Amino acid sequence: MISEIPHSFLLYFVFFILLMIDGLWCMLATYNLLRMLIGLEVLMKSVTFFLIVAGFLSGRMALAQAMVITVIVIEVVVVVVAAGLILGFFRKTDTLSVRATRNLKG
Amino acid sequence: MSSVLLLLPFATLIVLNLLPRGSHGWAWIASLTVFGLQTVIAALHPFGVIDWSFMDPVQKALGFNVAIDNLGVMLLVTAGLAGMAALCVASASLKQERRRFIFANLLLIALIGVDGIAMVRDLFSLYIFIEVTSVCAFILVAFRDGQASLEGAWKYLILSAIASVFLLTSIGCFLLSAGGISFDEVAAGFAAPTPLMWVAGALFLCGLFVKGAMVPFHGWLADAYAEAPPAVSVFLAGIVTKASGIFALMRLGPAIMGTAGPAREILLVVGTVTAVAGAFLALTQNDMKRMLAYSSVSQMGYIILALGGNAPLALIAAGVHFFNHTVSKAQLFANAAAIEDTLGTRDMDRMGGISSRMPLTGATSVIGTLSIAGLPPLAGFWSKLLIVIALWQAGQVVFAVIAILTSVVTLAYFLSLQRRVFFGKTPVEWEAVKEAGAGYTVPAVALAAITVAVGLGFPFLLRVILGGGV
Amino acid sequence: MTLMTIVLIIMVLAALWSSLTTLLLRATIALALTSAMLSVIMYSLGATLAAVLELSVCAGLISVVFVSVISLTQRKPLKEVLKHRVNRRSRFWPLPVVVLAVGVALSFVHTPVQLVLPIPGGDGDVRTVLWSMRQVDLFGQILILLAGAFGVLVLFKREEKDDK
Repeated sequence: MISEIPHSFLLYFVFFILLMIDGLWCMLATYNLLRMLIGLEVLMKSVTFFLIVAGFLSGRMALAQAMVITVIVIEVVVVVVAAGLILGFFRKTDTLSVRATRNLKG
Repeated sequence: MSSVLLLLPFATLIVLNLLPRGSHGWAWIASLTVFGLQTVIAALHPFGVIDWSFMDPVQKALGFNVAIDNLGVMLLVTAGLAGMAALCVASASLKQERRRFIFANLLLIALIGVDGIAMVRDLFSLYIFIEVTSVCAFILVAFRDGQASLEGAWKYLILSAIASVFLLTSIGCFLLSAGGISFDEVAAGFAAPTPLMWVAGALFLCGLFVKGAMVPFHGWLADAYAEAPPAVSVFLAGIVTKASGIFALMRLGPAIMGTAGPAREILLVVGTVTAVAGAFLALTQNDMKRMLAYSSVSQMGYIILALGGNAPLALIAAGVHFFNHTVSKAQLFANAAAIEDTLGTRDMDRMGGISSRMPLTGATSVIGTLSIAGLPPLAGFWSKLLIVIALWQAGQVVFAVIAILTSVVTLAYFLSLQRRVFFGKTPVEWEAVKEAGAGYTVPAVALAAITVAVGLGFPFLLRVILGGGV
Repeated sequence: MTLMTIVLIIMVLAALWSSLTTLLLRATIALALTSAMLSVIMYSLGATLAAVLELSVCAGLISVVFVSVISLTQRKPLKEVLKHRVNRRSRFWPLPVVVLAVGVALSFVHTPVQLVLPIPGGDGDVRTVLWSMRQVDLFGQILILLAGAFGVLVLFKREEKDDK
């Protein structure tokens, strides 16, 4: 059960990691709620990408596609709910700054 | 048969939404019935009493790949009880009928999500149903539409989404290294694990730790639990965090990744750290619901800690503690809801002597806190005893001792809660309060009764469980 | 430099742009561009249905959601935005540097990773797999869409009075 990753596909994994770094950095370094959501979106795209590449390399593309289709649906619902939360928050506090969410001690 | 539990709430959901607007009041009763039916059906399942073969053509047509085992039965029964308690509290705390209607619907969807978690045989389907339950939880936490609730919901959403990314990456790695994502394929893969499989396993564990609010990922839990509306806290504490994080860990840890090896060590360490940290964090709280939230973190750490013990006793101990904690914590949150609704505050320093004004709430809270702290003959004592025995048998003496010591801390913060809230002098402002409505006291009394009954009848129950196997 | 490499680079550059730009609308457009490039890559790897869904849903629907939220919450005057641009530079300038460094460093890594062998003949058509083997997933999708619908009902409706 051993096969090495073909050199051309190492590239895909590198880009997956780069995309993930970008998404995480964006989420953690921003002070704006909407941009956190954009960072989250980039993160989920990186994972979608990884699933497709994994499906391709293991020859199970049908399974991977079925998973990706479901993940996209879930992603949309989470984004819509998050957008609803942001809207509600904006209506209460008139700002989108994350600093306004540091009220609770956690 | 398993499809019944998925289809019944779904059918109820569809019917409720197709009814004309005037009959929205039925929603509450319908949901209560569904939850009750689920508890009964699941509890009777191991005994094979009901003949479900008439469902076979439906089952074949749908072709769901689900199965119920004894571990799943435990979750199903627990979810049914927690849901009924939440609905009772909601009937008293949600004043508008439209809000009750939406609450009942969301609770039904969350129930199907939890049922799915209990019954699927596939890592990806597990992820999907975890997400279904989580999305319902986000919406329910924000139900109160105040700034604090939205903040709690947002923190929960962001951390849950990062956890989902971990879970999906791990599923991709499993696809690459084990060629499939069903439980059997992954378990077979772990028979001859490659480094990539360990990476995948570690990522999956991390994702579940975040969902289950293990330390150091516990940051979202206190805010979400405390700021959620009262009925939601009952359900959230009762089932959502436990099902999505802890139950999945119980399913995966021993069965899939093997009882020996690094997985067990990780669970032991993370469980212990969480149990201890949660207990100490609970000591410092002034807000009643926040203290209960950190107590939940600590007790969930206990459940994970139990998994480090000797199978099969470890899994049984974890399962029994899961059930006991859900029952007691749901009841305590119902008490907290009663107090929050009657007094209008959650600050424990302002309270005192409530027990004389609200006798039922006070008495049931004593039962709940003592059960979680592990005093005999209540249910919590037995589950903690089993955990310690399981750890001792596995040779993990240090962890067993830590578990016992943490129980002492648990008793300490609960006694502090009792002293501050229920006993002592009543401040002037609360002189005239009366006992809370039936919506709060009925579930509290029922759950307390279950705690006492399980505690008294435990030796008999244990024989049944051990006879049935896990 | 194959076409695939160029598409991959554009995808990461677009993602970087969405993080670095100060204006949220531009970030949304960058996100849509990232989705489009990802969709191209998916199509070239053979995931045709997933590529279509990614393009229409992620590049389309999610951009619409973002633009509508931005339009409902945009309040800052331009001067404040420009001041904010200088402000955020300190937090974001390391990002492209780190991405470039990690990219270059990882391209020299050559560890053999043990993979499972592909199934001879492929594992079938997506549609068959989705509809005949993963019905539970479809059920879950329906559930989460229903939950999302209730979420919209709860969160987007403007409440006149604040009640529990």
